[in-house]
Amino acid sequence: MTNGGGDGALGSSVAQTGVWIGIGTIAMSFAALTSALVVRQSGAPDWHHLQLPALLYVNTLVLLGSSVTLEWARRRQAPLALHLTIALGVMFVVGQILAWRQLIAQQQSLASGPSSAFFYVFTALHAMHVLGGVAGLTYVERRMTAGGVPPGTYKAAALYWHFMAVLWLYLLLLLTIRA
Amino acid sequence: MTHTTAHPPAHAQRQSFLRKHVFSVDHKVIGRQYLDLALVAVVTGMVLSWLMRFHLGWPDTPVPLLGKLAPTGAAGGVMTPEYYLELMTMHGTIMVFFVLTTAPFAGFGNYFLPIHVGAEDMAFPRINMMSFWVTLLAFLVLVAAFFVGDGPPLSGWTAYAPLSAVGKDAGPGQGSGQTLWAISIAIFCIAQLLGSLNFIATTLDLRTKGMSLARLPYATWAWFVTAVIALVAFAVLLPACILLILDRVAGTSFFIPGGLVISDRLQPHMGGSPLLWQHLFWFFGHPEVYVAILPGFGIISQILPVFARKPLLGPRVFIACLVAIAFLSYTVWGHHMFLSGMNPFSATLFSVPTLVITIPAAIITLLWIGTVYGARLRLTSASLFALGFVSVFVSGGISGFFLAQPSTDIYLHGTYFVVAHFHFVMGVAAMFGIFAGTYFWFPKMFGRMMSETLGKWHFWLTFIGVYCIFMPMHYLGLAGNVRRYSAFTDDYLQPLIPLHRFITIAALFTGAVQLIFLFNLIRSRLRGPKAADNPWEATTLEWSTSSPPPHDNFGGRRPTVAYGPNEYGVAGPAGRDYVMQAAAQ
Repeated sequence: MTNGGGDGALGSSVAQTGVWIGIGTIAMSFAALTSALVVRQSGAPDWHHLQLPALLYVNTLVLLGSSVTLEWARRRQAPLALHLTIALGVMFVVGQILAWRQLIAQQQSLASGPSSAFFYVFTALHAMHVLGGVAGLTYVERRMTAGGVPPGTYKAAALYWHFMAVLWLYLLLLLTIRA
Repeated sequence: MTHTTAHPPAHAQRQSFLRKHVFSVDHKVIGRQYLDLALVAVVTGMVLSWLMRFHLGWPDTPVPLLGKLAPTGAAGGVMTPEYYLELMTMHGTIMVFFVLTTAPFAGFGNYFLPIHVGAEDMAFPRINMMSFWVTLLAFLVLVAAFFVGDGPPLSGWTAYAPLSAVGKDAGPGQGSGQTLWAISIAIFCIAQLLGSLNFIATTLDLRTKGMSLARLPYATWAWFVTAVIALVAFAVLLPACILLILDRVAGTSFFIPGGLVISDRLQPHMGGSPLLWQHLFWFFGHPEVYVAILPGFGIISQILPVFARKPLLGPRVFIACLVAIAFLSYTVWGHHMFLSGMNPFSATLFSVPTLVITIPAAIITLLWIGTVYGARLRLTSASLFALGFVSVFVSGGISGFFLAQPSTDIYLHGTYFVVAHFHFVMGVAAMFGIFAGTYFWFPKMFGRMMSETLGKWHFWLTFIGVYCIFMPMHYLGLAGNVRRYSAFTDDYLQPLIPLHRFITIAALFTGAVQLIFLFNLIRSRLRGPKAADNPWEATTLEWSTSSPPPHDNFGGRRPTVAYGPNEYGVAGPAGRDYVMQAAAQ
């Protein structure tokens, strides 16, 4: 970010500014959904506590692991670790889908109650944002093989990816306490 | 002075027609596309209001063409009460989203924000292009509601649940029409988030050398603040729309309470909260009215000094007030819900910031008046519409004092008083901002001047017309005339029907006057006299480049800024009374 007048050059920080703004927006959306959950739960006689599938904790480790491998890839210039990050990201989404299937097998679908409805809305929206991150990292990967990626862009993609992990930890906490 | 010769860079010439004019990443083309879309939308929205106004004045007189277009909603040309509500919903939705948000913010902002900061384009040109096409998609999805199922939704632009959430049992248009509405608005949210992201990143990161925040032109300050408001507001409306769609199509119960019987059918839902939708909607909805009006604030603040030949009074105060309004706009949403059932303590909590937000708005109004006070104002179409903006904004703002207080709002909220209030303060004022911006920037955008004679006729007739339409509505409201009703024939309101007819005639007249504007737009585009680079003797960067600007805005070189945007009435170079931002120090 430039202060007190731009330097006239298209700085590498633009991508990071964009991601920070995106993070603010996404955080606001999830804050709105959180307040909706609190309001919906407070006035409802039909709220039943949802038993979260244990698989979610495995998925959590996968996503946190991908953040570690991404930092490894960035700091040690290790392309293999970047491949691994993307693979772990995809694995996380697959794991989430498996968790949904487990819940559906227990007759906990989107329409069966407010707690499961919020569970699906939160996890599905988060998974879509993770897929966006996977697309971003794939773009970085392709740029690297094509000859190099600006460090600002790489950093911006990493910033977004770490935010996905932080957001997931928040959602897991919220769903454990509330849903 | 920045050189003004236009040498389009090589990559601009190589582009195919489709890339250059349709799927363009050039912010100027995208800005014009937004404005074109808004023009189509505003004509559509205005025709809908004509139909509604005609029905209110002469509820039994058929409109034969309407009977053919809507055989179920208006059999024989006389619309049903439900069809009236459908037109009302579409009018509000189209006007608020696709005109008042699209034209002054996305349209003019896209075209001029990058030039104002001295950049070649937006920070993310592809995302910028995507935001326009996503907006267009949202518009098409909304308009599709006219043609599918049993017509457009009837739940108003606010789509209050459970009416909007339960589906086709709730009335005509509440099936597929309402679903399309929710999808359209969700898509629109995505477009606005992408657009706002670009506005903010461009303002923060792409400012040219010397363009400090204090030197930003006032319109760009307003677009920047508006983008911040829009980002937070649409980030809330988007998940709200997703929950609404799920209630409609997936059987969830976010907004639908249990035991609800509609059209003799028990709805298969339980536990949902209709008030939750209202909170989420108005948390977006009130900031949204500032998204509609703040760009007008910026445009007016940029135009008035140019024609007053005086600097804007208190520019720092102006910016501080903009920021204060942005902050306060998030604390007042409950004032839309005084009637919905609210703890009196909460009502007071929302009433106080609603009254407080009038302070920065009033200060800004006083700054405008102080700027033109004692000035030798150059009366042009642009400056007339800028003054008209101040007039209608004040007229509409004053009625806000009554609505901000729960005790008076409870009587007035369901009446035409509110219709008068929001049309003046947000609808007409924002439209005047759009008109002022068009007359001001048209020479820059198209390299040709608009006809001033036609422009002045357009202004005076529109100005008189809008007062004839909306002033009497205050009286209707005070007399207890409820809004959203399609007719008042067998009703205690019969004595008010002559006034309704007067308003209808005024609305048809004012609408017809807009043909002068359309004619002026088209004729000036084709045959207007060539515009100089700086016809109004203004200071900001767009007037340092050619009319229209070249592909990269400044012909291969980025300007260096040494002055603020407010250097009017000074001893400038070559005997001028102004100093341009890009002038050499």
